[in-house]
Amino acid sequence: MTELAAHDLTVSLGGRIVLKGIDFAAQSGELICILGPNGAGKSTLLRALAGLLKTKSITLDGQALNVLSPVARARTIGWLPQTGQAVWPLAVRSVVALGRMPHGATLDSLTARDDMAIAQALSACDLDALADRDITTLSGGEQARAFLARALAVEAPILLTDEPVSALDPRHQLSVMETLQAQARANRLVIVVLHDLALAARFADRIILMDKGAIAADGAPAAVLTPEQLGAVFGVEIVSFERDGVRAILPWAARSMEREA
Amino acid sequence: MTMRAVRLVPALIILLVALTCASLMIGSVSLSWIDLIKGFIRQDQTAALIIYDIRLPRTLLALSVGFVLGLSGAALQGLLRNPLADPALFGAPQAAALGAVLVLYTGTVEALSFALPVAALGGALLSVLLVLAVAGRVAGVTTLILAGLAVASLAAALTSIVINLSANPFAVTEIVFWLLGSFEDRSFRHVAMAAPFMVIGSLLLLRAGEPLRALTLGEETAESLGLSLVRERILIVLGVACALGGAVSVSGAIGFVGLVAPHLVRDAVKGDPKAVLLPAALVGAALTLSADMLARLVPAPTELKVGALTALMGVPFFLAIIARRRGAIAADAS
Repeated sequence: MTELAAHDLTVSLGGRIVLKGIDFAAQSGELICILGPNGAGKSTLLRALAGLLKTKSITLDGQALNVLSPVARARTIGWLPQTGQAVWPLAVRSVVALGRMPHGATLDSLTARDDMAIAQALSACDLDALADRDITTLSGGEQARAFLARALAVEAPILLTDEPVSALDPRHQLSVMETLQAQARANRLVIVVLHDLALAARFADRIILMDKGAIAADGAPAAVLTPEQLGAVFGVEIVSFERDGVRAILPWAARSMEREA
Repeated sequence: MTMRAVRLVPALIILLVALTCASLMIGSVSLSWIDLIKGFIRQDQTAALIIYDIRLPRTLLALSVGFVLGLSGAALQGLLRNPLADPALFGAPQAAALGAVLVLYTGTVEALSFALPVAALGGALLSVLLVLAVAGRVAGVTTLILAGLAVASLAAALTSIVINLSANPFAVTEIVFWLLGSFEDRSFRHVAMAAPFMVIGSLLLLRAGEPLRALTLGEETAESLGLSLVRERILIVLGVACALGGAVSVSGAIGFVGLVAPHLVRDAVKGDPKAVLLPAALVGAALTLSADMLARLVPAPTELKVGALTALMGVPFFLAIIARRRGAIAADAS
């Protein structure tokens, strides 16, 4: 059982307060979606949780994350940034293999255990056919899947992913969300920043709704994704309906922005 | 490492051995194979003199300076995830030269003192740090080139002020020729002076292979994989400064080898920023030694300067890369 928690987390970047007074705890086995308008602080929260902001306010199983050694942290928390960059013409398989670094693996010395993790990550992201391709020749969505596979290959108990499906086609959006859900069912903690309300409603166990650097709502999808809260935070009207026992949600119309007043 | 990369290194070493033999044989007096062997075992005194006093130190310097130039280029490209990075684009050779010129012509030390590479190292370190500070953590191509250009110009301007203030009229020609880069008339004392710095610098850079691989996907991703980013950046910059400081203090400013060498082998190692290090260094050695042999062979009243030749080869190459990457560079600028 792993618990990642933020305690009154406040972050300012370049003199601007990006996150203020964030408090929450997340346990393994949960698939948590973080939603919120552009600039709400979602990515900053994820980077803080990943230990990249060196703040004292994040704890892992009650221990401050910033005192953990870089390698121990890397083994525990896998992180996928919003925009991946592929500069060198590496094979997709080599990019995914970088995820084994925290386990002491290098491209020249992969163990059978590493190879298995890499193969599983490639399959989970539907990359078997592309494994030997030069990553710089892939499309944006294919690259995004390769970067996700890299994060999966870490096999960390905590997986933090920032908009992993934004660049993907609908089929791959669904299959990636299913993969992330399967990770949570395998008793990992999975936190996903999303813009897609429909995918969040469909897959999340819990939703954290952020607005202007603070948590506006935190709870089960049915409790958070109400027309009132989504209207207040996103300024949209939604359509919702039941399907397979799940309440599906579609953003339907943008409200005029009088809520600013 | 791929199979092609494994075979690449032995092939390059064979090439270097051949170039080394050629370099010992050619010059104003040509030596045959037999002269070469007799000279080496000191059976032929004239040949031995030519080999041990003139051509061997010169060849060793060209090889080692080329090695560190290629290695520094590959390491900087990996650090910045930018195939246009080159020590010369950081103004590093110019700044190293400034450091060396300062100690030389303030008359504090003699020309073969260890103070020379130390001063050159200081100059190289300052320039790389300055460019990194100005260009920022996620340096785009344009920012990097502009910052490097500014630092190089500053170093050149300060160097010319030092020349202006120099009391010795011969100093001017000497500094100017030195800045052009050459291996002419270098002895084993030069080798001994520069070697420790080039060895330490090379070791620092060769050990950076795994960190450079981690950096492939960006600095924060590398950090999330357990890399101590600050430490690695310091070690790589220090390695470049150390290697270049040693190289510049004996050879002057030799540009573009660090840019060209990694490009020639990058495809063969499939873009792997670790596997590219050693082959890039070996290609750098081959290019620099070839340029030095060309400098000796071209008939001219005074010997041609190697730095001028590498620039002649490197600049068109650089322009070709810019032309090919025009789109990316324009996007970066916006």
